[in-house]
Amino acid sequence: MREIDVSSLSAWFGSNQVLHDINLGIERSAATAIIGPSGCGKSTLIRCLNRMHEEVRGARVEGKVLFDGDDIYDPRVDPVVIRRRIGMVVQKPNPFPTMSIMENTVAGVKLLGRLPKAELHERGEKALRSAGLWDEVKDRLGDPGGRLSGGQQQRLCIARALAVEPDVLLMDEPASALDPSSTLRIEELVTELKDRYTVVIVTHNMQQAARVADWTLFMLYGEVVEFGPTSRIFTTPEDQRTEDYVTGRFG
Amino acid sequence: MSATISPIAVPPTISSHRRRKDRIFSIALWASVVIALIPLLLIVYRVVRLGVAAVSVSLFAHTALPASMPGGGMKQAFFGTAMIVGIAIVISVPLGVLTGIYLSEYGSGRIASVVRFTAEILLSIPSIVAGAFIWALVVVALGSFSGLAAGVALTVIMWPIMARATEEVLRLVPTELREGGLALGYPRWRVVLRIVLPTAGAGVFTAIMLAVARGLGETAPVLLTALGNDFVNTNPLKPTDAVPLRVYNYAQSAYPAWRALAWGGALMLLVGVLVLSVTARMLSIRQQRRMR
Repeated sequence: MREIDVSSLSAWFGSNQVLHDINLGIERSAATAIIGPSGCGKSTLIRCLNRMHEEVRGARVEGKVLFDGDDIYDPRVDPVVIRRRIGMVVQKPNPFPTMSIMENTVAGVKLLGRLPKAELHERGEKALRSAGLWDEVKDRLGDPGGRLSGGQQQRLCIARALAVEPDVLLMDEPASALDPSSTLRIEELVTELKDRYTVVIVTHNMQQAARVADWTLFMLYGEVVEFGPTSRIFTTPEDQRTEDYVTGRFG
Repeated sequence: MSATISPIAVPPTISSHRRRKDRIFSIALWASVVIALIPLLLIVYRVVRLGVAAVSVSLFAHTALPASMPGGGMKQAFFGTAMIVGIAIVISVPLGVLTGIYLSEYGSGRIASVVRFTAEILLSIPSIVAGAFIWALVVVALGSFSGLAAGVALTVIMWPIMARATEEVLRLVPTELREGGLALGYPRWRVVLRIVLPTAGAGVFTAIMLAVARGLGETAPVLLTALGNDFVNTNPLKPTDAVPLRVYNYAQSAYPAWRALAWGGALMLLVGVLVLSVTARMLSIRQQRRMR
């Protein structure tokens, strides 16, 4: 079943069009990878899915993104509400420097209303466990989030996104700033999470897409070249350009 | 991989010509620093030497006395400055910090450019103009010189400093942090309040302190608005004394006792500004460490 349906989506930075008429269906409880060379618009596409694209000055979007059947670009829709249901993790780990590990984890939960301290803690613990970070930080939840290693910071950001219990988790190159072993942890995590969440992951690492994703989208110059089950994209692509890219002939 | 790369030939020594040039530049740089520091050190030396001699209990405990009588002080001026700067802080901190937030977080397009330009112009207008402006606006309207008018005049000086400095420190907060908040479903105002301001916290405080340090020593705006007073005045709507004003008046007098008091007041101003600036500097160093 589809969770997100993108239809005729175009996006601009000022007068520069970076996405051209994108059509795409994202399956529920599965991982969809977006691959393509630098500058192909994959980050812009993922940022259009939770209305973060428009936060950049001069940025503009046209087209529809149906989330559970409702257009998130409907003028009556508050982007804030959308972002609570569609979480996001970005490339560079960005824990809030003034908050502790626990405060970081529940930073989003606090928005949902006043919760008793015990429940807040419980939610935080659950999210940290889901992100595979609990055992490493349970004895120092009061430490600043910025004191963790890069890989741990990234998992903290994942925990922070999961704590609000979103339906979808968008990940924009979540492992590209990390070392190989931290990357592996993140990939394992994605594999675990995709059973419970709809995961969309942007990556420039094709092996990573092959390892974690059920579906793969290949983009070039702001257009969809090919979209299909990961195994097919990597073994028997229909488009010559996809084949050239996945076999490493360019990009 | 590295086996086939041939090394670039590096000459064994740097030519004496280059070394000489380097020498000359280094000396020129150091000389400029020393020349720039000389007047500053001379001023500090003279103020401290003459000021320390004038600092006594009566400087703080007594109000102004005729020059022929011993034991006069500037108590009323210290009170007045505290009141005037206090009024200026109350008005300019919210105004300045909010303007800074607007410029950094919301301001785009024409209005922001106009606000930024206005702040910049105000930064560079002579402070006597600010004094004259507020004299016309507040003193004339209220019919009296007053501490309130002086506080407003100092606001004209302090507001743009705070606004621009706050904008600068808020801009140092990485965009990823704002996006992190937005992506969690924070409304914009909450991103500012919960993430941007706490992260830049000490920096904003630094901006405020630097502006206060500047306001503390301003003479011209106070001259035209507070007028001065020989006695302690606690009514903000009445003429009030201020330390820079008293120093200005006493320094020009013919009486050695008054001139000595002026040095004492000058020393106190110097100490006040120094304390504020050093604290601000220390806070901003701490802040930079945290941002990294």
